[in-house]
Amino acid sequence: MANIVIDNIKKSFGAFQALKGVSLTIKDGEFVSLLGPSGCGKTTLLRIIAGLETSTSGDIRIGDKSVIGLPPKDRGLAMVFQNYAVFPHMTVYENVAFGLRMQKADDARVKKQVEKAAGLLHIEAYLDRYPNKLSGGQRQRVAVARALAVEPGVLLMDEPLSNLDALLRLEMRTELKTVLQEAGTTTIYVTHDQTEAMGLSDRIAVVHDGRIEQVGTPVEVYNHPATRFVGGFIGNPPMNFITMPVTNGQVAAGSQRFAVPAQGGEIVLGLRGETVERAPTGQGLDMEVRVAEPMGSHLLLTGSILGQPARVILPATETVKNGETVGLALDPKRLTWLSPESGVSYPAAA
Amino acid sequence: MTQSRPWIPYALILPSVVFLGLLFIVPLVQTIWLAVSDNGTPSLANMTTMVSDLNFGRSVLNTFLLTLAVVPIQIVMALTMGSMVAKMNGGRETILWIWTIPLGISDLAAGMVWLSILQNTGYLNSILFGMGLIERQTAWLTYQTPVALFIGIAIAEIWRGTAIVMIIIVAGLNQVPKEFKEAAEIFGASPWTRFTRITLPLIRPALQSALILRTVLAFEVFAVVYALGGRNFPVLVGEAYNWQNQNQNYGVAAAYAVLIMVISLAATLVYLKVVKVDPERLP
Repeated sequence: MANIVIDNIKKSFGAFQALKGVSLTIKDGEFVSLLGPSGCGKTTLLRIIAGLETSTSGDIRIGDKSVIGLPPKDRGLAMVFQNYAVFPHMTVYENVAFGLRMQKADDARVKKQVEKAAGLLHIEAYLDRYPNKLSGGQRQRVAVARALAVEPGVLLMDEPLSNLDALLRLEMRTELKTVLQEAGTTTIYVTHDQTEAMGLSDRIAVVHDGRIEQVGTPVEVYNHPATRFVGGFIGNPPMNFITMPVTNGQVAAGSQRFAVPAQGGEIVLGLRGETVERAPTGQGLDMEVRVAEPMGSHLLLTGSILGQPARVILPATETVKNGETVGLALDPKRLTWLSPESGVSYPAAA
Repeated sequence: MTQSRPWIPYALILPSVVFLGLLFIVPLVQTIWLAVSDNGTPSLANMTTMVSDLNFGRSVLNTFLLTLAVVPIQIVMALTMGSMVAKMNGGRETILWIWTIPLGISDLAAGMVWLSILQNTGYLNSILFGMGLIERQTAWLTYQTPVALFIGIAIAEIWRGTAIVMIIIVAGLNQVPKEFKEAAEIFGASPWTRFTRITLPLIRPALQSALILRTVLAFEVFAVVYALGGRNFPVLVGEAYNWQNQNQNYGVAAAYAVLIMVISLAATLVYLKVVKVDPERLP
């Protein structure tokens, strides 16, 4: 168990700045996701924490000890790779035992730890087999068991579920959460899949263009994105951004009035698609529906609000025809207001 | 379309099969027959002549010694070279290109290159003389200097034949995803442990191919030896050549050819058994 302090880490590959000064503190036992699109620098950051890559500047402390310059094995961590990296020429048992063997653990301890990790991941039945004979999901279990068998202070996971098919991913996600809660290991989890990050994490760090845009609990990040990027990246459908005129510190949406943190000019409304309620037109924002898609669990509407593209979600019980205009009442507690110039959101109203 | 005309693939393959059959299998059968017959009747006379010849023992010994000296060094060198370029980011292709130059040279030409270095008036003697290490031209390649001759031939063979081994090894190394080595590193394996416990087992197929190919070629060594040592260093193929051309005794030459084939096959079988490749244990 260990806490991690990432202090102003920068990384350049030639002229390209992959990380532009990243700082993040992770508490002991916490599960933090680094979430961002591919190429944002999240994997680079993870590899720097692991010691597989060197940072250009900055400091990383694991358990209050700076690990800069230390080889991976002296950092007290384990890692699960995107393509599992389960050794094909060793049995599942030897794979899980690998870290312990490298630590020169005696056979009794190896056996005990392997059995414990295998039990946690439900792979006891495959211990004698070679990974080649296992499915992707089973290999992933072996990779996680190998990491947990050494009882690492920190567990690093690099897109561990992205090679699995959708159904298996959901299943493994739930199981990972259970297993990691039980193990209580400090975990850093890299993913580009926001549902994975939302479902698993205690906190999410949204990485964009070599910087952390926001750190917060899944609910905070979802409801009150710090920037336009975060709102657009998290949530499916993504947050709608509607530029609206401000008069005397207020924005009018039909007959609804909202006090906003600006006096005049324009402001951007960040609107989560599922926070609206159907209302008579003219009462809130009117939406011209281009396509209505009944999804079973809900009704997805795609169209425009004030001439700007928008997607909203209504209960499955509603019926809307393509081309219809529907009125949408807004919930003042669930709106985010952003500066149109900087794309940064204003603090949530108290 | 392929379903309606299933014979098409066979028809397309047929010419190559016929070609190989005519130019390989027929001569092979003829050679074997030539070796084990005398005037059209089965006989071991050629074998007896071959075995009782003065040069037979020496040529077997020389060929095996050369193979035993050259192949392991080539494998180790190729592994080292492959591992070194694997760490490079830029210039890797250029280095590989330079390293593979000997591949483009015929073995006789390679022998001549090394002859120009090692002969009495060669570059080696010039350098040694220039540095004051020797007082007059020294002969390296005579029957009186068997060790120097052997080393000279071995060096020329290593120079000539390492590239092909390296290409196979590099191809094998390229197939090992870097995550395997990184995972091993994370879990505390030292560079040497990573090499012996992860890399080597994972390049087994390449290692096996390289060993088989290189060993078979080593048993067939001829032109380099001929250029450097002439008849001072008899080897199996050289003896076959002499019986064929100098002695005009095709039967004994065929016996040598069959012997080389048998040795090559045996070596291949040993490698298949010892460096076993279990498809279950590959990525």
